[in-house]
Amino acid sequence: MTFTIPIENGDAVKIAEAESQRTLYPYVTGTSIVAIKYKDGVLMASDMGGSYGSTLRYKNIERMKAIGKHSLLGASGEISDFQEILRYLDELTLNDNMWDDGNSLGPKEIHNYLTRVMYNRRNKFNPLWNTLVLGGVKNGKSYLGMVSMIGVSFEDDHVATGFGNHLARPILRDEWHADLSFEDGVKLLEKCMRVLLYRDRSAINKLQIAKITEEGVTVSQPYSLKTFWEFSSFHNPTASAEGSW
Amino acid sequence: MFRNQYDTDVTTWSPTGRLFQVEYAMEAVKQGSAAIGLRSRSHVVLACVNKAQSELSSHQRKIFKVDDHIGVAIAGLTADGRVLSRYMRSESINHSFTYESPLPVGRLVVHLADKAQVCTQRSWKRPYGVGLLVGGLDESGAHLYYNCPSGNYFEYQAFAIGSRSQAAKTYLERRFESFGDSSREDLIKDAILAVRETLQGETLKSSLCTVAILGVDEPFHFLDQEAIQKVIDTFEKVPEEEEGDEAGEGEAEAAAVAPAEQGGAGAGDQDVAPMEM
Repeated sequence: MTFTIPIENGDAVKIAEAESQRTLYPYVTGTSIVAIKYKDGVLMASDMGGSYGSTLRYKNIERMKAIGKHSLLGASGEISDFQEILRYLDELTLNDNMWDDGNSLGPKEIHNYLTRVMYNRRNKFNPLWNTLVLGGVKNGKSYLGMVSMIGVSFEDDHVATGFGNHLARPILRDEWHADLSFEDGVKLLEKCMRVLLYRDRSAINKLQIAKITEEGVTVSQPYSLKTFWEFSSFHNPTASAEGSW
Repeated sequence: MFRNQYDTDVTTWSPTGRLFQVEYAMEAVKQGSAAIGLRSRSHVVLACVNKAQSELSSHQRKIFKVDDHIGVAIAGLTADGRVLSRYMRSESINHSFTYESPLPVGRLVVHLADKAQVCTQRSWKRPYGVGLLVGGLDESGAHLYYNCPSGNYFEYQAFAIGSRSQAAKTYLERRFESFGDSSREDLIKDAILAVRETLQGETLKSSLCTVAILGVDEPFHFLDQEAIQKVIDTFEKVPEEEEGDEAGEGEAEAAAVAPAEQGGAGAGDQDVAPMEM
């Protein structure tokens, strides 16, 4: 963005430049993340889409990454801001490893660090436009939390971002219970992701499921869900709407 | 050590590779009143001798809480010690705020040591004149460290610093191998006995020492005078009894170091633990 401003007003030029540096809206965005605690740790699901406004422009974006030995981070929202956060965490975990003293940052520490970062950016009116999901296991204890772009932060047994809050959480509230097996957990997540696929226009049918346990992180290969379109009302869609458009 | 032409500046090396100012700072630690630390796998006990300037004044505080899981005992220039304790509290609380998690004591000690090192390499600064016994918890359990004015730090099972600390060290050397598995109560008792060693025959009273403890599931706190006196009573025999009845307790030799009789100096008692001077 450029402005034409009389040269005498030096400060206005500086302010204009500063204005154009802060985040105003997101450009390339990822959609929902859904995550649950299960028997051995945490399961997280996301699709691999990156939308550019209403276009589904990128179809191979990994929106979940392992952090250190004990944590898994998933993000929705602006992809470039997610990459920036990964750079911050990279530096953090590198310094933590360099201590080499038997202590390590667990998921709770990383979650709180991210909360501080997001909240401080929000206070400067220059947010990182993401909603982050942080899951992990340390010393046998599972942890699952979320931070939004304005710094709202909390922990829960199941979390979701974006549309997932409206479509997936109700399912999880009904059907989640403690100590789910891995298979049941995956089935539950797939049920949520299928609903999102049908109803969220920025969702694509290419998803990954990540699991984190005491042993570490594994992210599955991308795969797609079976969908059903043979409902009778789809065969002759305008049959019940004559005269309307 | 004697004055020489290389000891004016901390940034001047001697021909034999010594920094005399740093060594002089370590001498300052030896002038302070004694501080003792010992640890088991799960607890750390810090104890110190309360020496007051005069009868009219109260004694100086030498043990500070840094956080629920870290405490520090100092010997030497207590003003320097206070300032460093404030730094430690600040580091600890900043870490807690960012990570919602206690700062591992091993990392705090390194920050402290690096801070001390700076003062050994600037011509406009002087080394801190205080030794710090830092006790705290980590992911791997309880730890005790000693931070030196030189910027070095060492980990110990038990240690004593300050004046007449050699007596306490001798006592601790005899018994440190059992500290790892000690119970909380035995650890406190050993700490108080070590303090007694530094008193050179003066009667041990709870008003003369301060004791603090921290452990897994036990936040840092001071023991109150009654608790300390109770421990003292288990090994300081009542004045009437004669010596010569101690069987089990290897260390509870000093039967009646009776304050009134036996004129002042408890020197020369065959039952007092071997110590120099």
